[in-house]
Amino acid sequence: MTENSNEHMNIVIVGHVDHGKSTVIGRLLADTGSLPEGKLEQIKELCRRTSKPFEYAFLLDALKDERSQGITIDTARSFFKTDKRKYIIIDAPGHIEFLKNMITGASRADAALLVIDAAEGVKENSRRHGYMLSMLGIKQVCVLVNKMDNVSYSEKAYSKIVSEYDDFLKQIGIAAEGFIPVSAMQGDNIAKISINMPWYKGDTVLTMLDKFRATKPLDSLPFRMPVQDVYKFTADNDDRRIIAGTVESGIFKQGDEVVFYPSGKKTHVKKIEPMSEQEEVGKASAGYATGFTMTEQIYVRRGELCVKADELPPLMGKHMKVSLFWLGKNPMVKDKKYYLKTGTMKAECYLEEILSVMDASTLVKTEKQYIDRHDVADCIISTSRLCAFDNVAALASTGRFVIVDDYEISGGGIFTDTVENLHRYERAKVMLREGKWEHGYVTVEERSDKHDQNPALIILTGAQDTNKKLFAKALERTLFDEGRNVYYLGIGSVIYGLSADINPPGEKESRSGENIRRLAEVANILTDTGLILIVTASDLTKYDIETINLVTKNDNMLVIWLGEECTTDIECDMVLRADEDALEIIRKRVEQITAR
Amino acid sequence: MDHLDRLEAKSIHIMREAYSCFKNLCMLWSIGKDSTVLLCLARKAFYGHVPFPLVHIDTRYKIPSMVEYRDKLALEWNLDMIYGENTLALQEKRTFPDGNCTRLECCKNLKTEALINTLSGEWTRYRLDHKLKKYVPDPNTEPFTGVIVGVRADEEGSRSKERYFSPRDTHSDWDISDQPPEFWGQFKTDFAPGTHLRIHPLLDWTELDIWEYIKRERVPIVPLYFDQGNNTRYRSLGCYPCTKPVASSAKNIDDIIEELKTGKFANIAERSGRDQDKEDGGGLEELRKGGYM
Repeated sequence: MTENSNEHMNIVIVGHVDHGKSTVIGRLLADTGSLPEGKLEQIKELCRRTSKPFEYAFLLDALKDERSQGITIDTARSFFKTDKRKYIIIDAPGHIEFLKNMITGASRADAALLVIDAAEGVKENSRRHGYMLSMLGIKQVCVLVNKMDNVSYSEKAYSKIVSEYDDFLKQIGIAAEGFIPVSAMQGDNIAKISINMPWYKGDTVLTMLDKFRATKPLDSLPFRMPVQDVYKFTADNDDRRIIAGTVESGIFKQGDEVVFYPSGKKTHVKKIEPMSEQEEVGKASAGYATGFTMTEQIYVRRGELCVKADELPPLMGKHMKVSLFWLGKNPMVKDKKYYLKTGTMKAECYLEEILSVMDASTLVKTEKQYIDRHDVADCIISTSRLCAFDNVAALASTGRFVIVDDYEISGGGIFTDTVENLHRYERAKVMLREGKWEHGYVTVEERSDKHDQNPALIILTGAQDTNKKLFAKALERTLFDEGRNVYYLGIGSVIYGLSADINPPGEKESRSGENIRRLAEVANILTDTGLILIVTASDLTKYDIETINLVTKNDNMLVIWLGEECTTDIECDMVLRADEDALEIIRKRVEQITAR
Repeated sequence: MDHLDRLEAKSIHIMREAYSCFKNLCMLWSIGKDSTVLLCLARKAFYGHVPFPLVHIDTRYKIPSMVEYRDKLALEWNLDMIYGENTLALQEKRTFPDGNCTRLECCKNLKTEALINTLSGEWTRYRLDHKLKKYVPDPNTEPFTGVIVGVRADEEGSRSKERYFSPRDTHSDWDISDQPPEFWGQFKTDFAPGTHLRIHPLLDWTELDIWEYIKRERVPIVPLYFDQGNNTRYRSLGCYPCTKPVASSAKNIDDIIEELKTGKFANIAERSGRDQDKEDGGGLEELRKGGYM
């Protein structure tokens, strides 16, 4: 697939209500000869019949709703082209009521034109829209100071607005590509340079558009593909199991080792499946919808983030520091259940802590404990299960999320936290526990002397259905018969006992996270009594081991993967097939690490 | 990645989201070029399979070769094909060709009503039995909660404001003034009981994109789009009493692409041969608010 000279670009027009966005578009369409034959006449005729003066904006207001209100309520798309490329112009509404429509339009754009009325000056939504553009990640912005005919084409009036708005943009980290004085109604500086403003030497809107740079594919960034689904269509004897998704960034190819987060499972790309017979694909890059089969048949499902094993791993956590904007009719409040969607993952979430709330049109921060419609806020969101995500500064496309409230997408945001969140809450709990722990008069040393062994934690993990439990029981028997003080505990015994309150029957979801923490707490107590403890759990990950490490004070730990090959991102001491030899190897190793 | 690659990837992504998020999903297939492109995109998205039923609303006034073509492809590609119709209106002759109502009323009866009641399962759905090679009443009457539709934003005013995932309430009504936000590739996939969503994977495509894609992917297209020798062809397909062919001698896909790029259609609306669009300034929008495609 080669790059086509047939280049396309999406441009959004934003700004305060009535500052003339639709007129700019109408004029662009008319002056580039992009209107369907008869359309202009049709609208002029309609204006004559309804006794309204003709306006270019009417061209776009194809909907009755809009004509009667005289304002744009939703994003509409128009098409035109220059010699350089084709454009889709997205008209975003300027009325505050329709901010969600403005965001919908702007998020589809490669670049933005922001319109400010020369007479009215910088208004609330001039600033708010500017802020939203930065939040949405749109870097290329050109400001049009419109209706210059209403201020007698005055350079002074223009300069005042340029200086005021440029200051604002700088505060929010946007460097404007340029400012252009225009009159869309009169056609000044839209498609041709105006004779009314000889003091202006810069671009017309059209030449500025052609200067915008096309959004670059994100091929050079780390590979990210949210798993959309796993397809197994059996019709016509199709036995492929295909991991499907769209590549958000980076590039991957046949043979690559990939890891799925948050499960941490690993496999190799066996084949990138061709979508049609003509196609032959060895690799897939950012932007492509694709799918592949796996070398090792591991269980993964929609919602996981697929990354390459030798590239930057995503962040993981259940408590994320974020910046978000709120669009919901009801304010966002604490103690209410929402859903967070990032990539293809969807998890229950709560607003845990508000750090600050800001009015995006004034940049003034306020102290309040809820987030109103149209506010932007820095806060901490907690999710019911582990999420894999990126810091927006590192990888924008996987560093974003939306919040769903009562069936509706009601907010959007970016992940801003870095490492701090990793195990932050587990760590806080452990520190509190250590502070509160009542130590008896019998010391660890005394217990070790009595049992003639150092306590140890032996973790046996591996893929499901690999006889881990039988093996663990055999190991327990062997060590016990040697006179060691040993105990076997499977994770199932924790899930259906100690964790029965958080594991409603039938829900598989909660296996990770809290269950692992509880298993680790029990392990902490049992090893503290001087025992050699053997635990089993399937598909443990690096994250799980970090949790266990954090929670158990005992660092005499042995992590063993049972099976041919390790299929998660776990770092283990040994990978062994579960047989007699393995039993002997482990026995010897345990002897070493527990010897007095 | 060229323009068509980008459009294709986005459409496939949207279709896959729909497939993963909706239990009762179907796709409307009007046999026209747009929904046939959609069908081919589905076959790519799902690796040769189309894992949901295709629904066709038969007004009984469709150009006959459209229905022949539908059944030929359905059998060949092993498609789960369903059609629905407004039997009562046809029996009572409440149609424009019978002279008993206006074009718009006829559209409402034969298309909108039939569509709403076929989707909800209120009226009989006829499903293609691949063994018998004929349509039989479908015992499944569960309502479809996700409906994939091949509308494009450039077709006419109201469609330019559509979302990729667009909610319809319990009466199939579309509230244009209160549409869900859509950004960062996140769509509205949660919905209250009784409501459903229309899914529009082709929203960003233009008529020219469609033809260029048809050429590139060798999409099989009903021959009505080409001049068969009398210097006319259909540019948009519908019911024969209300769809006029346009004067054109384009005999193949290349001719059509050329015609759209530089020729006489470069600046004429695609639906100019559709008479129902002209009856009222916002007629089509009114129809669409009430559930029309």
